[in-house]
Amino acid sequence: MWVFALPALLINVCIILIPALLTLAAAFFFWDGVGTPVWAGLANFQSLFEDPVFWSALSNNFIWTAIFLIVPMCLALVMAAALMIAPYSRIVVQSIIFLPRILAAAVTGRIFQGMIFSPVTGLVGWFNAHGFSVSDPLADPDRSLYAVAAVDIWHWWGFLAVVFFAAMRQISIDQIEAARLDGAGFFALLRHVLLPGIRPTLALMMILTVIWSFQVFEFIYIVTQGGPAYGSEVLATLAYRHAFLESDVGKATAAACVMSLFGLCATAAYLWLQSRDGARAA
Amino acid sequence: MIESRLNRTLCLLLIGVASFTSLLPIVLAVMNAFKTTLEITTDPLAPPHQLHWENFSGAWKNAALGPSLLHSAEVAALTIILVCVTAAPCAYVLARQQGRFWRFLTFYFMASITVPVQLYLYPLYFVFAKLGLVNSIPAVALIYTAMFSPFSIFLLRTYVLAIPYALEEAAQVDGATPWQKFFYVILPMMRPGLLTVAIIAGLNAWNEFVIAVTFLQNDSNVTAIVKFYNLTGQYSTDWGGMLAAAVIIVLPVVLVFVLLQRRFIDGMTAGAVKS
Repeated sequence: MWVFALPALLINVCIILIPALLTLAAAFFFWDGVGTPVWAGLANFQSLFEDPVFWSALSNNFIWTAIFLIVPMCLALVMAAALMIAPYSRIVVQSIIFLPRILAAAVTGRIFQGMIFSPVTGLVGWFNAHGFSVSDPLADPDRSLYAVAAVDIWHWWGFLAVVFFAAMRQISIDQIEAARLDGAGFFALLRHVLLPGIRPTLALMMILTVIWSFQVFEFIYIVTQGGPAYGSEVLATLAYRHAFLESDVGKATAAACVMSLFGLCATAAYLWLQSRDGARAA
Repeated sequence: MIESRLNRTLCLLLIGVASFTSLLPIVLAVMNAFKTTLEITTDPLAPPHQLHWENFSGAWKNAALGPSLLHSAEVAALTIILVCVTAAPCAYVLARQQGRFWRFLTFYFMASITVPVQLYLYPLYFVFAKLGLVNSIPAVALIYTAMFSPFSIFLLRTYVLAIPYALEEAAQVDGATPWQKFFYVILPMMRPGLLTVAIIAGLNAWNEFVIAVTFLQNDSNVTAIVKFYNLTGQYSTDWGGMLAAAVIIVLPVVLVFVLLQRRFIDGMTAGAVKS
């Protein structure tokens, strides 16, 4: 029977497991990616920890995690609850808020650069032309991370709302009706009936949010490349820069290891939640 | 119930604002794709005076979008085939076999879903470079297969679990081998699941950025996403042409989405919703 699993396993081991183990090993070598690796001990980690950009990147990862645990979650919960109460056009509304999720990150990133943030061709420029003074957040090291986060939230929150809505629909109607008859308002309903009802889904999405927040790369690399002045640099963009622009694969893999370490706790929680669930399903 | 009416009005207002926010950047992009750069800089919010279709022909010709779209289609098709062929039998045994080895394998695939690309990207790139596999479209499809198949395996596994075991037993009594059971009993009943997996794998392969931009560097075999990324930047000047290219790249995805939205949404939210 194991032959059935062999092709999938073989591809997975060759593309993911072996290179991942090589990454762990490479973190302890000086290597430019082409020549012969030279044993480095902990030197790569040392140079990483002495680099102030590493610490600001790490703290940006934490900021990113906090933003994504709060903003899209709240937006999606309120939206899903609103969909529960709104009597019609659920399918159309769901499709509309889901749409950003299926657009390619490269396209979404460029559209936001040109149409929203650009002081020449975007909404920011339009506001300036109409008497409001707004500057391009992407050009400001203190605000660029938040601007990119806004793009990713736009792309992500609608999907999350659809997930929460699907989970809320599994709550028994009687429970909701009973709460309504008792005079529960919107937020009371959300807090005492809908939120407890979707707790497993909510927990899973929060764990995944933590895992993904430490891996975040695409939108930041596309929109700001970690700049300006490393203002939006995160561990993943730092690693990528070291590997391909500065030919310092040792330091890049060390950064990748640190990054994975932070995701690991969340991954453990994820595996625990999923395997408990899988055992029940089987 | 006055309060309820107030609630409903607030909900509708909320839904309206949400839909508007989700659509605004898309509408702006489509609208400005039909305008000249001068019109865009004068007022990005104004609708086009006349439709400048030459933005689209320009993007198609100058950016050589045609060949790159073909490469995107190749990568997506190859990924879909590889994912379906490898994930379906794997999902079958993971659903049906018991015991420590299979539990470990399930655990392994689950863990590989959360592994960051960055943890395997660098050695993979430099090994592929040594083997001459950089700039190869099949190599990129192989990487996508590894990335997308664990999710597909778990999605298909739920389909197998829903198939009554009695059906297999009946086939077994008739003397069917495991392969015959898989092909004639399981696979036909998995078909809706396979369609969902194909849609999601195809969408992800079409849109993927990190692997494509790293492994495809030769302008003659990049995917549409990489082509678009390389052509445009923060300091682009031809925004009309750029937005037209964006519309061309996104259009196939949106068309499939509109046609199969239920399957799209159910497939992508599967695994996220816990009961």
